[in-house]
Amino acid sequence: MKIAVCMKRVPATDTKVKPGAGRPWIDSTGVEYVLNPYDEFAIEEALRLKEARGGAGEVVVVCVGSADAQKELRTALAMGADRAILLEDAQAELRDAQEIAGALAAAVQELGSELVLLGKTGVDRDQSQTGQRVATRLGWGCAIECAKIAIDGSAIRAEREIEGGREVLELSLPAVLSCEKGLNEPRYAGLKGIMAAKKKPLETKAPQYAAAQVEVLSFEMPPERSGGRIVGSGVDAVAELVRLLQQEAKVL
Amino acid sequence: MSAILVYVETKDDQPKKASLEALGAASRLGGDVVALLYGRHARAAAAKLTGSGAAKALAVEDAQRTHFSPEAVVAALAAAAATLAPRAIFFAATSQGRDLAPRLAEKLGCAQASDCTELRSSGDGKVEARRPVLAGKAYTWIRAKNSTLVATLRPNVFAEAKSGGAPAVESMPAPAADLKSIVKEIVASASGKLDVSEAPVVVSGGRGLKEASNWKVLEDLAAAFGGRAALGASRAVVDAGWRPHAEQVGQTGKTVAPQLYFAVGISGAIQHLAGMRTAKTIVAINKDPEAPIFKVADYGIVGDALEVVPALTAAIKKAIG
Ligand SMILES: Cc1cc2nc3c(=O)[nH]c(=O)nc-3n(C[C@H](O)[C@H](O)[C@H](O)COP(=O)(O)OP(=O)(O)OC[C@H]3O[C@@H](n4cnc5c(N)ncnc54)[C@H](O)[C@@H]3O)c2cc1C
Ligand SMILES: Nc1ncnc2c1ncn2[C@@H]1O[C@H](COP(=O)(O)O)[C@@H](O)[C@H]1O
Repeated sequence: MKIAVCMKRVPATDTKVKPGAGRPWIDSTGVEYVLNPYDEFAIEEALRLKEARGGAGEVVVVCVGSADAQKELRTALAMGADRAILLEDAQAELRDAQEIAGALAAAVQELGSELVLLGKTGVDRDQSQTGQRVATRLGWGCAIECAKIAIDGSAIRAEREIEGGREVLELSLPAVLSCEKGLNEPRYAGLKGIMAAKKKPLETKAPQYAAAQVEVLSFEMPPERSGGRIVGSGVDAVAELVRLLQQEAKVL
Repeated sequence: MSAILVYVETKDDQPKKASLEALGAASRLGGDVVALLYGRHARAAAAKLTGSGAAKALAVEDAQRTHFSPEAVVAALAAAAATLAPRAIFFAATSQGRDLAPRLAEKLGCAQASDCTELRSSGDGKVEARRPVLAGKAYTWIRAKNSTLVATLRPNVFAEAKSGGAPAVESMPAPAADLKSIVKEIVASASGKLDVSEAPVVVSGGRGLKEASNWKVLEDLAAAFGGRAALGASRAVVDAGWRPHAEQVGQTGKTVAPQLYFAVGISGAIQHLAGMRTAKTIVAINKDPEAPIFKVADYGIVGDALEVVPALTAAIKKAIG
């Protein structure tokens, strides 16, 4: 089985951000970038699926990103992916979900893979759209936010958490599955993996985007919450807190 | 002004609260609001939309199909959109809405805005949406370049309409669809309680509670709200195995926007704040006056959770009793 894993480069979640000059997104200078955390689950799951089939098949990581994303692609190769494709675009960070889904779907078709794994969300734009869009474009089945994946022949059983329970879905290959935390425990890339990754193929191509649909009107930092009022200390403060919740916040 | 189409989720024959909020948000933007309901009890649920802001309800009753399939619902929404040419299509940002909205947007070739927290109508009638990015560290306002805007709306942020008449209910046949993913089963969680992402009151605990058995004090506080409150947790306690992942609030857990959020023994790490900073009122109880949670909390008490919470529970019971 040839498995395509879509992965992206995102600002680390604990990094400080400020608006960029002349573009409706962050100023990337001084920002630390990492492999999107949910994509680690997708890479790990792909590696396990391959291992469970005696190592048959191929795991190909695909990223629409700037030249800098080679670093994250090498991380995936060091974890054990076989090869990488960078759909290179210096402006990749500013592309919308439809553009990206178009480029990824085209790459998957060209690869001829029948299973696409990706993260449930990119922690940069917090969109959770790409998997569903890629599947719709390809006309494939799709299960999102998978916490469990079992593939038997071409039959797939996926589970996900929903409000107040767990949903069990059935679909078949070809398919797109998005991965949730808890699906697996991603491995660390050891020194051996890092050395091996240097020799693995990393191919660079131009993305074939679909038409852009989103018009970004503004990018703003939220006002600091005005909060920070300490009502008091210990049990003595309880009466005053309840009064405030009732009379000021009006939430009781 | 063209209509706004809203997908109304149902549980048995009840429209979901988060969907009623989406109808409310749509009705405040102006123009006709059309609800679409899908499922075996679609008509019965549509009959409960009086005062929801919907002028019309399309009920797709599909008796043959016992299991939910996203492709079937998307096909029905696409068919409705083809006749209505709506300026926007709203979903609640629930597990269903998150699944359906991008599929529909891709099918229609539309922009989609996820987890919106504010909406407005521009001069030319386009719907514009404000949505948090980077785990709430920033926001963007976006709109569709040319066609319809598909949007999912964060639960508990938008008010229900709660006025107006009953919608005209029309039956709509389920359009043919190529079903690829089928929901075989839904296993209800043991508690059967309100989910943390839907509850108007959330009582969350962190490592400051010291051990799993101390959750009793938080359960009691939640119980004081009589079924309106759900329990939440920080990642630290989920990782420790004290609480299930379904309760985790934050960047790698659930995003909640309740009326009232209690953070008990939670330090307030950026990834936790990502999941709860849009709560209307935040109360923090922490023994460390320097804990970052106090910077976002509307009200704070410095103290030991195990002493303060039981006293608070008693006082709240008396106040709302
Ligand atoms: C990629 C990534 C994703 C993450 N996602 C999430 C997420 O989704 N959700 C999340 O919550 N975290 C997440 N985290 C973890 C986050 O960074 C913090 O580690 C975590 O939120 C800390 O949990 P805590 O506040 O319970 O524990 P701590 O940080 O240990 O805080 C415990 C608090 O309890 C207080 N305390 C101690 N004793 C008492 C007492 N007796 N009474 C009252 N207060 C007391 C202490 O003063 C302290 O403030 C993520 C981290 C990363 C790197
Ligand atoms: N530029 C990209 N290149 C490759 N994969 C991507 C890209 N953007 C998003 N993805 C994948 O789609 C998932 C969901 O992203 P999003 O829809 O942006 O929240 C991510 O976890 C990635 O696996």
